[in-house]
Amino acid sequence: MNAAAETAPRTWRSGELAIVLLLPIALINAIGFILPVLNLARYSFNQSTAGGGIADVFTWENWTGLLRDPFYLELIFNSVWISLAITLTTLVVSYPIALYLHRSTGSWKTFLTVLVISPLLTSAVVRTYGWIALLTDNGPVLSFLRYVGLPAPSLMFNIKGVFIGLTEILMPYMILALMAGFGRLDPRVEEAARTLGATPSRTFWKIILPLTLPGIALGCLLCFVLAVSSFITPKLMGGGRVFLLATEIYDQAIVTLNWPLASTLSILVLIVFGAALWAYSVVLRRLD
Amino acid sequence: MEIHKTSWPMRVLVLVLFLYLLAPVILVFPISFSGDQVLQFPPSFWSTRWYTALFQNTVMLKAFWTSLTLAVVVTILSIVIAVPAAWTMTRTSFFGKEFLFNLFTAPLLLPTIVLGLAILIVFASFGLLATMQGLVLAHLVVTLPYALRVLAVSLGTQDRACEEAARTLGAKPLTVFFRVTLPMLTPGIVAASALCFLVSFDEVVITLFLTGPRISTLPVELYNYVFNQADPLVAAASVLLILLTLGVIMIVERAMGLGKAFVK
Repeated sequence: MNAAAETAPRTWRSGELAIVLLLPIALINAIGFILPVLNLARYSFNQSTAGGGIADVFTWENWTGLLRDPFYLELIFNSVWISLAITLTTLVVSYPIALYLHRSTGSWKTFLTVLVISPLLTSAVVRTYGWIALLTDNGPVLSFLRYVGLPAPSLMFNIKGVFIGLTEILMPYMILALMAGFGRLDPRVEEAARTLGATPSRTFWKIILPLTLPGIALGCLLCFVLAVSSFITPKLMGGGRVFLLATEIYDQAIVTLNWPLASTLSILVLIVFGAALWAYSVVLRRLD
Repeated sequence: MEIHKTSWPMRVLVLVLFLYLLAPVILVFPISFSGDQVLQFPPSFWSTRWYTALFQNTVMLKAFWTSLTLAVVVTILSIVIAVPAAWTMTRTSFFGKEFLFNLFTAPLLLPTIVLGLAILIVFASFGLLATMQGLVLAHLVVTLPYALRVLAVSLGTQDRACEEAARTLGAKPLTVFFRVTLPMLTPGIVAASALCFLVSFDEVVITLFLTGPRISTLPVELYNYVFNQADPLVAAASVLLILLTLGVIMIVERAMGLGKAFVK
């Protein structure tokens, strides 16, 4: 960037100018992000005292207590496992849409892309409410199942409803990530395979799928991370009966007022994130 | 469209999956016109009673005005703060620029549940809980990264020839910025504003940690309402929220194309 020296006003040295222009955003970043996160890490080593107080002493108690308590071990295990299952389901239901979008062109493609993005811009509360309306006991899904004589298990206030709702809520992220990765998919390669006599399914498994693996990896990383930290849907559709990491963080922070434990669980979520990121980088290296 | 002949089973599959994706958003429309006391579908009769109930619900109305004020203030501040920052990031060079850019956009990488808790603990000691200032500051933490990113992309892809021409003709740096760079940045500013407005207006997780009986936003009140009871009132509110979102999306689409604004 050689243009910098010319662009910056002559009365200012460009370093000073940069500091002045970046000061507001830096201040907000420091007060609203850096300080809170550092403080959170410190809190996970503080002691909670009776009545919601906090003792400013260094202790491993929160961490050791967490790893010894069977309730929390199960909570962590369940959160990770359910998030993985939701991620895979989201991948399976998003892939055909992404592939179809990748192959569409013109205004039809724009229209469909807007349809995919618009749920993303709709409030999570609204979309979760939509799922409650769909899956409630007198709702259309269960009414239909009963009408055709199929078993109609209750889908509200249990993990099944949360699973169905969260999968749909994560779909736009997965579709966008997949499409971003589909750039490598040249239609001519597919055509070549077909012309040379490959069946559609063989073309899919041997050509399309391998070429789209980077997009799949990115989408899975994104959705897993979002699933582990999702809060609104499990809280509202679980009705307080589905316990996951994010809902437990909120309950500990707001209901029980045990901030050190809530902080410890939050840092744990970040550790899970780190692990997911590491797995992603390993997969990417393998693909190259 | 015709280069690739998509087979019929594939088309049906895509249609079904699209229905799944859009079902919850579509369903709130008929439900909002339900005449029933409880949530059921199909409703036994139609009416607009829930819209009437919504506009008579003082808690929701107050929360709506709070949300609107908050979103407008946050959007204006985001643009005022992010434009100089994005300009600095794209028009000057200094040591550690890349690092700073990553740091300023990093709040987006943190799950909102973690960020919400972290902000709650710090704001509690600052006395910022359940205050408008606290909400504005917390929302800025999440809107600024979006604004910075969109504006930096806009400025980065802007044709520099006009700026150079203005400078060669003797315009001062500030004149170049206000007469050339800023007008050319308008689409980017519109997109960034729309994004910041929607993010702030819909933000619920972080806000849940910071609101109380004294001050509350519409998404938080809707969350509380659904948590306690699920009747068609929320469907009526949802329809209005969806229409608001659609309006904002259309502004963005006009200004710069949706794909460019969000996929990047």
